[in-house]
Amino acid sequence: MINKIVASAEDAVKDIPSGATLAVGGFGLCGIPENLIAALLKTGVKDLTCFSNNAGVDDFGLGLLLANKQIRKMISSYVGENAEFERQYLSGELEVELTPQGTLAERMRAGGAGIRAFYTPTGAGTEIAKGKLTKVFDGTECILEMGIVTDFSLVKASKGDRLGNLVYEKTARNFNPNVATCGRITIAEVEEIVEVGSLSPEDIHTPGIYVDRLVLGLKYEKRIEKIVTRKD
Amino acid sequence: MAITREQMARRASQELKDGFYVNLGIGIPTMVADFIPSHLEVILQSENGLLGIGPSPTPDEVDPDLINAGKQTITAIQGSCYFSSADSFAMIRGGHIDLSILGAMQVDVEGNLANWMIPGKMVKGMGGAMDLVAAAKRVVVVMDHASKSGEPKILNQCSLPLTGKRCVNRIITDLCVIDVSKEGHLELVELAPGVSREEVQSKTEPKLLFSSPKIMSDI
Repeated sequence: MINKIVASAEDAVKDIPSGATLAVGGFGLCGIPENLIAALLKTGVKDLTCFSNNAGVDDFGLGLLLANKQIRKMISSYVGENAEFERQYLSGELEVELTPQGTLAERMRAGGAGIRAFYTPTGAGTEIAKGKLTKVFDGTECILEMGIVTDFSLVKASKGDRLGNLVYEKTARNFNPNVATCGRITIAEVEEIVEVGSLSPEDIHTPGIYVDRLVLGLKYEKRIEKIVTRKD
Repeated sequence: MAITREQMARRASQELKDGFYVNLGIGIPTMVADFIPSHLEVILQSENGLLGIGPSPTPDEVDPDLINAGKQTITAIQGSCYFSSADSFAMIRGGHIDLSILGAMQVDVEGNLANWMIPGKMVKGMGGAMDLVAAAKRVVVVMDHASKSGEPKILNQCSLPLTGKRCVNRIITDLCVIDVSKEGHLELVELAPGVSREEVQSKTEPKLLFSSPKIMSDI
């Protein structure tokens, strides 16, 4: 029998060693694996390399691991919301590689799909093209970008079953399905674990084959960065 | 007289056509959503994985799982759909977005765009801007004509690191509308009410072509 369910977030991450490479799902603070991040804070592993679109804020998301000096390098597209990140970057404690958002997503998709590298027009002729192979296809200049495969991937979904099938909620999907594919070991946390068969096969976003461990998130803060509302 | 941010957003909304799939950048471009003419059906794309951005939520509707690329709470319209970031940028990079409206620090005569970093300052990142300008069918920049200190932002050659090469089609500023021609020159096509050609030229580094600029209307 296949049962990917792990008892706790701490159990799910206990073999992630210092120096590991991680891909982490989420966009800003939306759809981030809150419980797995909290568990890594407890294990205290260091020198992590994190591929994640953003770096959280000072006191939430990956910002917690940054503040605890557990991250050595970040590969992200936008890191503007975090003062501690800025301090560590400017002091040289933290290495940062900025990559266009679509390139980051495609690098994860490609890595998970066995595509070692691909040519993209994004960023051709800019700073990020420096040191990368450049080629012209049908008159369009493109640069070579590498697929990403990480030691571990951490994702957050709304629902999952013991086979690892996942369903995401609204824009909390974001990078999570791509992150789920590119980890040698993928760990998913969910808000609800459901019986096998209760998710419609038509509606599963991440097929269970990509997921190695599934854990029920015990607590969700789901912090919102910018609440904007209309009257009425 | 220079027009307001709201008027710039109104002018930018005139770039929309019925049936367009549009991505709006952060700042004034986001405000364009408030001025979409009711007779047009326009689908707004959010690069974090949504086609069909709706109005801001009421306080009761706020959902932490539903935000735009500026990380603001939003709603989704009837007929909207969600997808992953890789799918989102497949539609962007694949040339399926009709129009990208975004802000800029500098634009030059070749249509080169700089909007993501100032050397020596903390760089926050390019987000999805490089992907958008590399492949959207049409790229319209909305920005102040000159910097706060009065320096031109429309230049012979961008001095800041580029976001994309030869990607800008049109520039909407608080003074005018300028088109970037394929031949590598800039043409003044509209003036804000009460703004003269001379004023625009004095705040623009490259020589502008003047054929017969109209006065902006319905702003």
